[in-house]
Amino acid sequence: MMELTLGHYLSVSAALFTIGVFGIFVNRKNIIVILMAIELILLSVNLNLAAFSVFSGTIAGQVFAMLVLTVAAAEAAVGLAILVVYFRNRGEISVEDVNMMHG
Amino acid sequence: MQLIAFYILSTVVLLSAVFVISARNPVHSVLWLILSFFTAAGLLVLIGAEFLAMLLVVVYVGAVAVLFLFVVMMLDVDFVELKQGFLNYSVIGGIIAVLMCAEIIFVASAVGAGDISNFDPSPGADTNAAALSNVLYTDNLLLFQMAGVVLLIAMIGAIVLTLRHRTHIKRQKVEDQTARHRGDAVSMVNVQPGQGIDTSDSERGATS
Repeated sequence: MMELTLGHYLSVSAALFTIGVFGIFVNRKNIIVILMAIELILLSVNLNLAAFSVFSGTIAGQVFAMLVLTVAAAEAAVGLAILVVYFRNRGEISVEDVNMMHG
Repeated sequence: MQLIAFYILSTVVLLSAVFVISARNPVHSVLWLILSFFTAAGLLVLIGAEFLAMLLVVVYVGAVAVLFLFVVMMLDVDFVELKQGFLNYSVIGGIIAVLMCAEIIFVASAVGAGDISNFDPSPGADTNAAALSNVLYTDNLLLFQMAGVVLLIAMIGAIVLTLRHRTHIKRQKVEDQTARHRGDAVSMVNVQPGQGIDTSDSERGATS
């Protein structure tokens, strides 16, 4: 029977990353799903870092994964706050109509 | 046995990720996202990175996903309309996605075939959490503090962005109440017999 290797984890991580990028492409209008796809991408990065860390016997990758987790939480908080403010001003959240910044 | 668990967990992760981006209702998307995070935590437990797995459950499922759920339920948006154009972008998106996945797996298989096989989730310590804390609070102390600063700034930013002062509602002003003097509210009027009070005078006394 085969053993669990680094390649397994890297493949899952690659597929998860790709699903996240694909999610950004196909949900061009729905910014909430775009934010969720970004979370998926960050999750795949975390998986990658943790797998490399464990399979190479060094702990540094897991420390980096914790930092990525921190940034992901901060990004979600600020992104959703911007989304709420935008909805309050415009009454809808369609990404394609975001043009208030060009005069 | 480990491999079977890996295949089951990774299948669930990938399927729920697909449902995250394809669900019609964003509330369902968030729920699939929670399942995805949970199962990814299982994948991390499988290779012994337990602390990171628990962190994933606490931070993502406990905080981020609930935040998403709050926002999705708070916004009153017609989500069916937002779903239009899904098929327009899926062709070009699919081509790019397949290319990207093939490239990443190509590189990953080249790296994974190398000699990285000293499997040890907790080098130099008994448990994974002990190994993490050994380096986190000594060598990477500055990084740890910086992570705290990032979270603080994000928290302040989110509060500043969403705080609003409504002008048309009445609210209690404690400083005005405590700064009130007797002279502002009450005026002594010496009423002469048979004359009454000048109303404009008493009006001013009550309002000022």
